Amino acid sequence: MTKRQKKNLIRICIALVSYLVLLILDKALPNDITGSGIADGANALFNTSYGWLLTLTVFFIVYLYIGYDVLKKAILNIAHGHMLDEAFLMAVATVGAFALGIVTAIRGEDIEGFDEACAVLIFYQVGEWFQGYAVGKSRKSITSLMNIRPDVANVVRENGEIEEVDPDEVTVGDIIEVRPGEKIPLDGIVVDGDTSLDTKALTGESLPRDISKGAEVISGCVNLTSTIRVQVEKAFYDSTVSKILSLVEEASEHKSKAENFITKFARYYTPSVVIAALLLAIIPSIITKDPMTWIYKALNFLVVSCPCALVISIPLSFFAGIGASSKYGILVKGSNYLELFDKANIFVFDKTGTLTKGNFAVTKVVPEDRKEEILKLAAIAERESSHPIARSIVNEYGKAVESKYTLTNIAGSGIKAVNGKDVILCGNEKLMTSEGITFEKEDGIGTIVYVAKNNEYVGSILISDEVKPEAIETIQELNALGCKTIMLTGDNEKIASHVAKTLGLTAYKASLLPQNKVEEVENILKTKDQNDIVCFVGDGINDAPVLMRSDIGIAMGGVGSDAAIEASDIVLMHDNLKGLPLAKKISRKTMRLVYENIAFAIGVKVLIMLVAAIFTIPFMMYISVFGDVGVAVLCILNAMRANSKYKTKIKEIK
Amino acid sequence: MIKKYGIEVDCAVCAQKVEDAVKKVEGIKDAKVSFINQTMKIEVDDNANVSALQKEILKVARKVEPDFEILEK
Repeated sequence: MTKRQKKNLIRICIALVSYLVLLILDKALPNDITGSGIADGANALFNTSYGWLLTLTVFFIVYLYIGYDVLKKAILNIAHGHMLDEAFLMAVATVGAFALGIVTAIRGEDIEGFDEACAVLIFYQVGEWFQGYAVGKSRKSITSLMNIRPDVANVVRENGEIEEVDPDEVTVGDIIEVRPGEKIPLDGIVVDGDTSLDTKALTGESLPRDISKGAEVISGCVNLTSTIRVQVEKAFYDSTVSKILSLVEEASEHKSKAENFITKFARYYTPSVVIAALLLAIIPSIITKDPMTWIYKALNFLVVSCPCALVISIPLSFFAGIGASSKYGILVKGSNYLELFDKANIFVFDKTGTLTKGNFAVTKVVPEDRKEEILKLAAIAERESSHPIARSIVNEYGKAVESKYTLTNIAGSGIKAVNGKDVILCGNEKLMTSEGITFEKEDGIGTIVYVAKNNEYVGSILISDEVKPEAIETIQELNALGCKTIMLTGDNEKIASHVAKTLGLTAYKASLLPQNKVEEVENILKTKDQNDIVCFVGDGINDAPVLMRSDIGIAMGGVGSDAAIEASDIVLMHDNLKGLPLAKKISRKTMRLVYENIAFAIGVKVLIMLVAAIFTIPFMMYISVFGDVGVAVLCILNAMRANSKYKTKIKEIK
Repeated sequence: MIKKYGIEVDCAVCAQKVEDAVKKVEGIKDAKVSFINQTMKIEVDDNANVSALQKEILKVARKVEPDFEILEK
């Protein structure tokens, strides 16, 4: 709560209590003559007929106490030529109610309107207060998780002294010290020390990451175990942390269609209602010669004429939705993308690194019972190679590899390892054939490495790119939502069709060169229906053009890759495909809340206007004030639901 | 040059009004006032007198929204 909020809360409480005391007095005391107990009492006590002045005065004091700022603002606005502002409308409606009360009192009818005018303004203030409080609160709950902005950087000067400066002032090439518990303020390279980093706030990955000298570190990570020194590679405005922060902050600037609709709607709604109120006050009054009733009805129109329920709650829904997404490591770059993503129904995936892990791994060894021996021999032959396939074999073997062998690379076929009389052959079919070894041909999806020792065939190893564990489930969820899932890959038909079948993709395109991918996406965009929304999901490394071209570009594991953050519309900070159905859920819920609020707010307001115009109900103004602030409060509460917990396997960042 | 301020503004409509008013201040190329973020971003010339501009902004903003406040950074 800010200071002002506290002050206002106290003011509201005092006003509300005084008001209730007065109201009870007024209604509980005998009030047969004027309809106001206070007036009747005063009349009897002082033997006059001006007792209503007392009623007017006491209510007016409370009214001024709670509403002086509204009145001041209304007057200021008139002076500046801003009519039709909320404060102005409230002031007119309540002053009008007082005026009606005075007229009824003078005419000697039942006094009406003093208490109502007072109540309208009190409830209006309650509503205003609550709006400020609720918005502030949801703002906090959303921005606190973006609490990754570093406060200071400790720069190591040439003379060895350490100086604490604003991260803004650090230049590229400076050495900074980061102690345990501190946030890394700028992107850079570790020049001294080993430590573990907590990257949770950036990637949602809960396991700490071990790093040592030479490793790249990203700003926003928290240093956990020991002090490191980092050479700064990027100025603060360029560093990951500021990019992410500005991305989240600017997200609300990209307005959705719903928000634009509300802005437009508000522009016409208030003037129309005010004109309707004027007409309602004038025309029937002339016809029926009963201006009191119709002016009272018209005042009700003024009370519900503020579109604030919509103007606040719609952007707040998007804000809450975007906030909820970022809690799960999904950065949505604008309200418009959240709105659009709800309708997304064609998902185009890049294969390597997106649907599959992009690293090669040993998936099968034949024969199974000689696995250890086969891997050992292959590892000996492949130990010096940096090829991913070779690395995957050495990794799979996982033990120290004998290094007594002399290795010869036989280009395009494999490796020959010789140690005295022992000869190991490790390579493809071609190698086995040229060396005259009889081998059993294997038929698997991926790369097959055959191993032979001393002219005798030992076995084979199948190496393939692993499908991400969550990919199958994700694709099925998307398919179940009625989305088309299409895979684009540079791999051959056999591998592509196998992955497509495993995952249950609705379509795939194999053997594509990078430039073909853009063409493919262009094709999909060209042939799609008008209402189809095409998303492209890639790891962001070579996909920038496709990410830009598609309706919604989604980059995965984007942290640290500027190109991905810039080119895409939604960034999954982690590598987890589950972010897609989750983002879909969040956007669906957000849009549902948006439509609910629009329908509810407009519906209630129109209904209240109809009731006010057609029927003559006592205390109508209480109903109208509900139509103004009550509806606003309910809409805000509803909007905040977009930032609730979602069912998913992705961990929330706290 | 883009300058960013923390602000206090009461409602979404008020923020829009302040934004419109600030945009009209001489020397301001563009302005964005966000109610939800409670921030104001202004684009000014690199050699602009920022503190004078800030006073001017406060003046015009208070005209449309008396409660408007620029918070110290």
